[in-house]
Amino acid sequence: MAFEHPYLPQTPEDEAAMLASIGVGGIDELFGPIPAELRLRAPLDLPPHLSEMELKEAFQALGDRNRSTGRLDNYLGAGAYEHYSPSAVRHLLSRSEFYTSYTPYQPEMTQGVLQALFEYQSCVCALTGLEVSNASLYEGGHALAEACLMARNRTGRNRVVVSAGVHPEHLQVLRTYTRNLETTIAVAGLGADGRTDLEEVRRLLAEAPTAALVVANPNFFGAAEDLAAFAGPAHAAGALFVAEVEPVSLAVLRSPGECGADIACGEGQSLGIPLGYGGPYLGFLAARMDLVRLMPGRICGQTKDSRGQRAFVLTLQTREQHIRREKANSNICTNQTLLALAATFYLGAVGPRGLKEVALHGAAKAHYLADRLSKLPGVRLSHTAPWVNEFTLDLGRPAAPVLQAMLERGILAGLPLERYFPGRDREILVAVTEVKARGKLDRYAEVLAEVLGGG
Amino acid sequence: MSSPQDRLYTRTHEWIRIEGGRASVGLTAFAVEAIKDIVFIELPAPGRALEAGKPFGVVESVKAVFDLNAPLAGVVAETNKAVESDFSALASDPYGAGWLLRIEGVAGGREGLLDAAAYDRFCAEERH
Amino acid sequence: MSEEKLIFEKGAPGRRAATFPALDVPALDEAAWLPEALRRGAPPDLPEVGEQDLVRHYTRLSQRNIGIDTQIYPLGSCTMKYNPKVNEDVASRDGFRNVHPLQPDSTVQGALAVLWEMERWLAEIAGMPAVCLQPSAGAQGELTALLVCRAYHDSKGRRPRTVLVPDSSHGTNPASAAFCGYRVETVPSRADGTVDLADLRPRITPDVACLMMTNPNTVGVFERDVRAIADLLHDVDAQLYYDGANLNAICGVARPGDMGCDMMHFNVHKTFSTPHGGGGPGAGPIAVKEHLRPFLPVPRVRRGSDGTFSLDHGEPLSIGRVRSHTGNFGILLRGLVYLRSFGGDGLPEIARRAVLNANYLLSRLKGRFDAPYGARCMHEFVLSLSRQKRERGVSALDYAKRLADYGYHAPTVYFPLIVPEALMVEPVETEAKETLDALAEVLGAIDAEDPSALHAAPVNTPVGRLDEVGAARNPVLRWKR
Repeated sequence: MAFEHPYLPQTPEDEAAMLASIGVGGIDELFGPIPAELRLRAPLDLPPHLSEMELKEAFQALGDRNRSTGRLDNYLGAGAYEHYSPSAVRHLLSRSEFYTSYTPYQPEMTQGVLQALFEYQSCVCALTGLEVSNASLYEGGHALAEACLMARNRTGRNRVVVSAGVHPEHLQVLRTYTRNLETTIAVAGLGADGRTDLEEVRRLLAEAPTAALVVANPNFFGAAEDLAAFAGPAHAAGALFVAEVEPVSLAVLRSPGECGADIACGEGQSLGIPLGYGGPYLGFLAARMDLVRLMPGRICGQTKDSRGQRAFVLTLQTREQHIRREKANSNICTNQTLLALAATFYLGAVGPRGLKEVALHGAAKAHYLADRLSKLPGVRLSHTAPWVNEFTLDLGRPAAPVLQAMLERGILAGLPLERYFPGRDREILVAVTEVKARGKLDRYAEVLAEVLGGG
Repeated sequence: MSSPQDRLYTRTHEWIRIEGGRASVGLTAFAVEAIKDIVFIELPAPGRALEAGKPFGVVESVKAVFDLNAPLAGVVAETNKAVESDFSALASDPYGAGWLLRIEGVAGGREGLLDAAAYDRFCAEERH
Repeated sequence: MSEEKLIFEKGAPGRRAATFPALDVPALDEAAWLPEALRRGAPPDLPEVGEQDLVRHYTRLSQRNIGIDTQIYPLGSCTMKYNPKVNEDVASRDGFRNVHPLQPDSTVQGALAVLWEMERWLAEIAGMPAVCLQPSAGAQGELTALLVCRAYHDSKGRRPRTVLVPDSSHGTNPASAAFCGYRVETVPSRADGTVDLADLRPRITPDVACLMMTNPNTVGVFERDVRAIADLLHDVDAQLYYDGANLNAICGVARPGDMGCDMMHFNVHKTFSTPHGGGGPGAGPIAVKEHLRPFLPVPRVRRGSDGTFSLDHGEPLSIGRVRSHTGNFGILLRGLVYLRSFGGDGLPEIARRAVLNANYLLSRLKGRFDAPYGARCMHEFVLSLSRQKRERGVSALDYAKRLADYGYHAPTVYFPLIVPEALMVEPVETEAKETLDALAEVLGAIDAEDPSALHAAPVNTPVGRLDEVGAARNPVLRWKR
């Protein structure tokens, strides 16, 4: 009895006719080129196949073992944010012609994806205030690593100065990517106000020739940096200035381009992409036009077709691995096109005013919550610098039991800083977005008061 | 078509015209024709020292990259700015207005280079 | 067909397709909150359209695109198979979609169970005991595995610096090796596209860290000497890398680990049916043999004796992270749904039908087109249109463009680089016989057409041939007001 499966359409009759056309007696003969001793003799030690009904049951059970943000009141951020994504975004994204399409290497049949990518690149340029964007990278950490490698290739220098306000996981990715490229990384600390210490940056830039200075805005701890203050020192040292930015905040914060950055990069998940336990997300990368030939990954360009119409095509491909092989700017091939499309649909839906509303509502709600929390005894904000919608809170006592007690009351109250910074065991990072109604913020404050009071 | 007699050639399709310690360098008509539509040229900055046989720049078509190799050692004195922004002279006049570099302090043996007749024979073989 | 305006050229100032609840807390006084030096000047130049126009715009763009749901996509080496709908249903469940990556392990036991289970499935398929799910796509998987390879040699105080790459390989192989600080040496292939053992032997010196092999290779031929190659490499403690791009040909039939390979990557978006999404996302998990396990990225998924799962960040020899969080979870989840749908009993059937389909299509085409690697293949085959180019003045690209007029996406053209006028065809197992028959007939019909029809093609698509030279010479890469 032949194995029957909905994704395998060949009937026994088809198989017989096909084998006859090929001129063999059975499918096994076609595997003749694989030496017998390399072929499996026993079936794989894996569970048997499941019907669609059984699959849904099995995975429903697994999904139910996760406590989603629909079942918990979530204040975790740290690079991944819970935003509202309009219904249209998801509906457009599930159009099969986008969803199940391959990379648009044959442009006559894939103008839809290409034009959407061109629109994506235009949106990224608009947000970052820079002149050219690629068509996406894997995620924020990868975008940072590639940005630093661009600077390394431009300057021929092997050292990067990175603010301690850069996301610790992104810094780890940068270390991994450069571990065999003889590149050193110097970390510039933060001042008491929570912002990157400009004097330390100057000192590190003067120490040795540097390819790039990287500053994140807002930084990992939530503080809004005076980004423009870093461009001068970086350029005076012959380094490129790389700004890692959060895209929603760019509706209110001065853009990297306005601040003199040469490259902007970041995580684009906030633009309509679900939290999804960490991926797939969206790495974005934009730069000044004179850096375009050093950019990694695909870039979509506008041109004309044989009929004189405007049309779009992947361009400047000689930068890429399929042409330049070991001399390519990057090894990236598959990127995050579908997520770039999601971000484009999201930005198209909210527009410039909607995006600003998202940023301002998040900021207002976050400040409202911070205000209430910092009135609790022993609790205070860790830093004094201005911030947007994420803040570091010092609980005045070990955070772990407090967070656990909050979780037992249905609240993911924030990220324990200890996860990345051993010793900072009293502090948590709290993010608030537009999705939080005032009632929830009030409840957070009340429950925290109760937990602290009870402890 | 035969290549000009007043210069020498590499097997990677560059030409060099030597006048004393100075020389001009360019890309042969054969190469320009093979690359077809040139979309980008990258040339070194004046002052850079070239090493014989080593790449000094690139020429790109839409789907391919070709290294430009130095026929002899020398120092870049000047690059052809006109060609860097408009590639048409490369196609129309590769041995004249389409020159790429002027170099000084030309040094090294010429035994690795081909004369026009030898280069033409080399191209005829490459066509097969 | 007319042009479709850009979203920026539609709509009007003041429109939008999303509103939010009225602010229920005190608004911030912007000037007091953010010093002027930190505040944005002009608002970003983003589209301003109503919801219907937004939906119409992108729906119309989608109609200027094709996908595997609309037609066969016989792209060689791309494994464009059907993307099952149940995968999407599962992935869109609240319990998977709306989970923050930094939630405490106790609140994400289901997600960790998915990762743990996926690791077990991939390890068994690979024939290698250790799996890391972190890499975001195949190329990042390659890089990760090479970083692991280098850390392994470093740990033994050895510094081999060369990675061998066959000339038929994907460009990501040499690019990943270079990114890892290795010197790349290209190995020429024999007439049948396989690695030449005699040529390879002298290249394998103590300076060799690794050989990257795609098997079956990119011309669809199985490297039957793989065990001997592995032995040669292992004699100098070099590693054999298995590029999983063509795993669909052998998955469940033979295992890279049993062939002597030490490490490999999977392309979940190829072999395990997840959508390509117009170029991504993918997922590129790697599997390695025991001696390489200590160097895998962190965090790792652990299962305690009580059955609870946790993430372990502490491994002293680990190369570190290659990305944030634990990987493209949503893609890995879909891949696991696909694997469980076939089960251990059904998995070999995928490769069997893929190889059947490819050989059948080749049998239908080989009378008309030259097949330089013979009448049999694994899951894909390469045709050379050199004769057509010579006799008819029509190139592989012309055939590709003409196929579009008949509503077909072309096979891969001009790859692998070692075959002139290459047309590389991978029909995958999910296509029915009559679909393959129709494709064969159209290719035959095009081969009989007047060359002028091919030169003019495509004429039935929304746009004609593009000026790619102009696009590269004068790059226009964004819309500007």
